[in-house]
Amino acid sequence: MSIALFSDIHANREAFEACLSDARRRGASRFVLLGDYVGYGADPVWVLETVADLVAKGAVAVLGNHDAAVGTPDTAMNPVATAALDWTRRQLGTVHKTFLKNLPLKVVEEGRLYVHANGWAPGDWGYITSAVEAERSMRVAPQQWTFCGHTHVPALYHMSPQRPPGAFSPPPNKPVPLAASRRWLAVLGSVGQPRDGNPAACYGLLEHSPLCLTMVRVPYDAEAAARKVAAAGLPDSLGRRLLTGR
Amino acid sequence: MRRARPEQGDVIDGFRLDACIHRGAMSALWRVSRTEGECDDPPLLMKIPTLAEGEDVSAIVGFETEQMILPRLTGPHAPRFVAAGDFAQTPHLVMELVEGRSLHDIAKEGPLPADRVAAIGASVARALQDLHRQHVIHLDLKPANILIRPNGEAVFIDFGLSRHDELPDLLGEESDVPMGTAPYISPEQVIGVRWEPKSDHFALGVILYELVTGKWPFGNPQRKSGMMRRIWRDPVPPRAINPDCPPWLQEAILRCLCVDPARRYGSAAQLAFALENPDQATLTERATRLKQDGFWTVLRRRLKAPTRPSPAQIRIAAELDAAPIVMVAVDLANGVNELAERVRVQAGRAVEAEPGARLACVTVIKTALLSLEEDVDDQGRTAYLQRLIELKDWARALNLPQDTISFHVLEALDPAAALIDYVRKNQVDHVVLGARGSSALRRYLGSVSSQVVAEAPCTVTVVRLPG
Repeated sequence: MSIALFSDIHANREAFEACLSDARRRGASRFVLLGDYVGYGADPVWVLETVADLVAKGAVAVLGNHDAAVGTPDTAMNPVATAALDWTRRQLGTVHKTFLKNLPLKVVEEGRLYVHANGWAPGDWGYITSAVEAERSMRVAPQQWTFCGHTHVPALYHMSPQRPPGAFSPPPNKPVPLAASRRWLAVLGSVGQPRDGNPAACYGLLEHSPLCLTMVRVPYDAEAAARKVAAAGLPDSLGRRLLTGR
Repeated sequence: MRRARPEQGDVIDGFRLDACIHRGAMSALWRVSRTEGECDDPPLLMKIPTLAEGEDVSAIVGFETEQMILPRLTGPHAPRFVAAGDFAQTPHLVMELVEGRSLHDIAKEGPLPADRVAAIGASVARALQDLHRQHVIHLDLKPANILIRPNGEAVFIDFGLSRHDELPDLLGEESDVPMGTAPYISPEQVIGVRWEPKSDHFALGVILYELVTGKWPFGNPQRKSGMMRRIWRDPVPPRAINPDCPPWLQEAILRCLCVDPARRYGSAAQLAFALENPDQATLTERATRLKQDGFWTVLRRRLKAPTRPSPAQIRIAAELDAAPIVMVAVDLANGVNELAERVRVQAGRAVEAEPGARLACVTVIKTALLSLEEDVDDQGRTAYLQRLIELKDWARALNLPQDTISFHVLEALDPAAALIDYVRKNQVDHVVLGARGSSALRRYLGSVSSQVVAEAPCTVTVVRLPG
């Protein structure tokens, strides 16, 4: 069974559609959604309805900080993110807001922890940007594998007992075996707003025997997504960054 | 995880343990056969890591590393991967049982004659080039980890300390301890660098030194402080121990043993080239040196404490692109014509684009069947030398430094086959050659260039005159 993991879709329909169809083509039979379905992009309704449909068919979905801020505004957010969320709130109906409100902060499944930001305090939204934070998360969570997102930059950390953690920058489209004798924490890249310098959408594909994770990169029509951002009257910078992946 | 010690006759994941070949501190090696299906040819080997009672599984991180890397390797220079056992049950690796002689056994016959050392060195260097091209640095090259197949090809075994530039480094976390084998470990590995492909060149330099002198250049120190010594203390030159070691071989060995990786060969293919073409070697002061550096030089080096650079994004395979071997094949049978001049311009451009490139200029003298007989007559010899002079003269306008260009006159019945053979043997990255016009007859008969384009395992630029 292959599992496709999507994080930080951010209302980017073009990117999400491209990733979903790529994952189906590669035979993914289970979908895991790691939060931040809305904010930044121009298609929050389509994205949320697609996510809800997947969940109804058995997919796992957890809550992200932008999703939470739809109901409870987050004062720590920057002005651009706040402006995008104000716009997003006006697009969503009660049914969408209720769906978001009912999402769990984390889900555990067969030794795998799914969470948006980190394993030590999922609702505090602290970022994992180095081995120090990755170690903190791996030490707290009892699961062998943690999958999260939030930073929009793909990364992989690993740790064995009594040893310091290792960090690895996973190359695009190369399966990386996750050795069974140690703990792993994967930070998935972003589907809808990549920030690692590669504008192609990113999702994770987890395959078995041996267990391997691939950070799949899917080129998509970013220009169309950027045009929609402009047409919706969202901040210009949100469309521009889709073209550069920065 | 399985704890019981495997016994002869046990079946693990469909493989029956037939005979224990080796039982070491880290692992046991078994000859195995499949319980179902066809007989395996070549026979198979199973490696089972040894775990002391109660030991943490992470102690076998080298085995995990090998389990990640071996399945990704292809070609004749690594054992073919067959299967891997689940860590939760019985960790193991099944691979081809390589038929070949360990270089460890060959080394015991040493010191060996220079031409044999060079042949072994070139074979290992070619295998290294193939390994690096596949994104892997071995990082534990030593005679015991190299097998020589009956056809002379080198095979690496034991990738427990290796590094793949597309996979996480499970060992890197322990970088304070030098990881490697004391006599062969490179200076940069001693200070914790695990991302330098040329660390393998250094180890190969130590092996060649050992083969030609019967000694280790830096001894077998057991502590880090002893291993550090090779950073400032240069070895006794091989010729001081074995006067039969020719200057060109000493040049190659000492260049591999340079402390600064940037001063070693640009790629393993370039090292193989140097070992196979002694007559083309550029000799420096290194070649004839008979003494180690003096007290003050060593003291100066010692005072410059080495520091470990921070790990860059490692690029093993990509580094080879910066040090390509370009071969230009030119037909000089009718003197330097317009096409030969055009070919020279294109060859110049191909080399100019890469500062680390070296250019091999090749021309073929087409021989009749008779002249391949044993004694090359005086006339044949003259023709050869005359063509070599013409080739050098043709290349003069390229204005390349002497150590980046070499000249080769091949004598062959079939020029295309000779060129393709040269490309394979020297792991040429890019061929530049000319093609005479395109007539229906030439297409029908086949030309040298079209055959090279079809069969050479690299990029080929075909130069044509307009019209």
